[in-house]
Amino acid sequence: MLRRLRENKSAQGTLLIVPTLIFMIGMLIIPLMLTLVVSFGHPDANGGVIYTFSLDNYIRLLGYSTDCPIGVSTCFNSVYLEILWRSLVLGFNTTVLDILLAYPLAYFIARIHPKWRNTFLFLVLVPMWTNFVIRVYAWMMILRQQGVINSLLGWFAGLVHVPFTPLSMLYTPGAVLVGMVYEFLPFMILPIYTSLEKIDNPLYEAAADLGASPFRTFLRVTLPLSMPGMVAGTILVFVPVMGTFIVSDLLGGAQVILVGNLIQRQFLDARDPTFGSAASLVMMAMTIIATYFYTRKFGFSEELVV
Amino acid sequence: MNPHRRSPWIIAATLLTFFFLYAPIVVLIFFSFNASRISPLFTGFITRFGPFQLVNGNVVQSPCGPFHWFCDLSKNTEVLSAGRNTLIVAFTATIVSTIIGTMAALALQRYNFRLRTFSQISLYIPIVIPEIVMGIGILVLFSQLFTVLNSALHLTGDAQLTFGLGTVILAHISFMIPFVALVVQARLQGLDKSFEEAAMDLGANEWTTFRRVTFPMIVPGVLSGALLAFTLSIDDFIITFFTNGPGSTTLPIYVYGLLRRVITPQLNALSTVWILIVLIVVFFIQRVESHQA
Repeated sequence: MLRRLRENKSAQGTLLIVPTLIFMIGMLIIPLMLTLVVSFGHPDANGGVIYTFSLDNYIRLLGYSTDCPIGVSTCFNSVYLEILWRSLVLGFNTTVLDILLAYPLAYFIARIHPKWRNTFLFLVLVPMWTNFVIRVYAWMMILRQQGVINSLLGWFAGLVHVPFTPLSMLYTPGAVLVGMVYEFLPFMILPIYTSLEKIDNPLYEAAADLGASPFRTFLRVTLPLSMPGMVAGTILVFVPVMGTFIVSDLLGGAQVILVGNLIQRQFLDARDPTFGSAASLVMMAMTIIATYFYTRKFGFSEELVV
Repeated sequence: MNPHRRSPWIIAATLLTFFFLYAPIVVLIFFSFNASRISPLFTGFITRFGPFQLVNGNVVQSPCGPFHWFCDLSKNTEVLSAGRNTLIVAFTATIVSTIIGTMAALALQRYNFRLRTFSQISLYIPIVIPEIVMGIGILVLFSQLFTVLNSALHLTGDAQLTFGLGTVILAHISFMIPFVALVVQARLQGLDKSFEEAAMDLGANEWTTFRRVTFPMIVPGVLSGALLAFTLSIDDFIITFFTNGPGSTTLPIYVYGLLRRVITPQLNALSTVWILIVLIVVFFIQRVESHQA
């Protein structure tokens, strides 16, 4: 038996992969399938699941509602579609803003003298690994009614003798956008940096020698070669933005409900795991479809693991 | 042309972005030395003479001086137990996922077997689906499983299977394996296979080759995979949120719960300590990675 294993390369490989497969099947594939089964069911009074086969939860997500004006038994309610759309738009906006912020910084680090690179990368990694929840808290302190921005503005207004009423910034869609952009910025910087760093100097020199202006060099050399980094960064930003509920919960209050909040509430407060499961599968499908078309257009990249 | 030439626009944009990245962190640290109990209003640094507390109607000076909130924090038993849970989960899950992930990387990079493509794809799934999907999947699995098992085995009271440190650790291992595997795989990809082939030609068997040749060469990759897994575990909120139970609160979960109720400078003191730890860990990660290069 042991002798056979020693000679059989394929069996050795299988043996090495088995623990991973146990975890991936048991904790990822089976749970996903179970989520699908649950999403076809109905909730019982205790938040348990009655297994049936009905598409009610999906129809409810699409706008079918029994919560209608008096005299009407069913009607169209777009609240869940709005939540899905809002999440998509927020994911898109966050990604675009992060690319705009990350690109110059990544370019700067990639072109700086190599002995300084680690120092600047260190400066990117520290905010990235500072706990997610703590960083949301920082923005609560900055944006609240008596927060840092309002205190500074009030102090300045007092200096120039102008009456000042504190701005309400916390619990607005803007606060959620700022929080999301902040939280995921390092995940855009690192992959763009990785792809920019690979570009050889002679390439820039050749472009310059051939008479290309710096702008043209950027457009025809730098930008195309940094595309893999931007694709990886987009996936690393867009995917978690879609599924995060802390940022909208703490910075958006009841104002900004995203699909993550919807799912979390179904499992905790509303005690309807079947509807929550359906919502989470729809979100997963949306993310995968968006990522698929995006990577098909721009190519998949290996820079996903930062 | 100077290859390190910098346009003033790039420098300005870089400085602005760094300001954006660091302003919130400076704010957090700044307010952990705030004299006021109501955290957001900065009323001055805690000096040698303050802050003054009311104890039984008497004004008493804080014994810890400027580190008043840090002292307060160290007496908070909830924080201490959450911190302990966080470390238990992180250490256990890191060790297990590093071993399993390294094995997977070896299998995928050095062997051919039937489920190779399937395994590789399954390792990418947790990275390209939102974490919340995996979190609620595991929640649904365990809650259904526990309901069935508890009634089948007639478990009652304390003997009942329930969410706790065990479920959190299992969930963490599952989402960390892909990260470790991909990091180690990247390292293996860059390695020259001829060293291993030479060892085999000289009569070493697979195990000796691994122990004496392959492993020493991939140690830096394994280490950075483990460090990545460790930081991911300590930082994790979403998956822990759906898999923890009574008594297994980790620090991120504790902070979140606190933020929904009350804001205290204790939280800033905690943030400051956390940022310090991150500084040290990131420093070590960079050290390991520069050794690798």
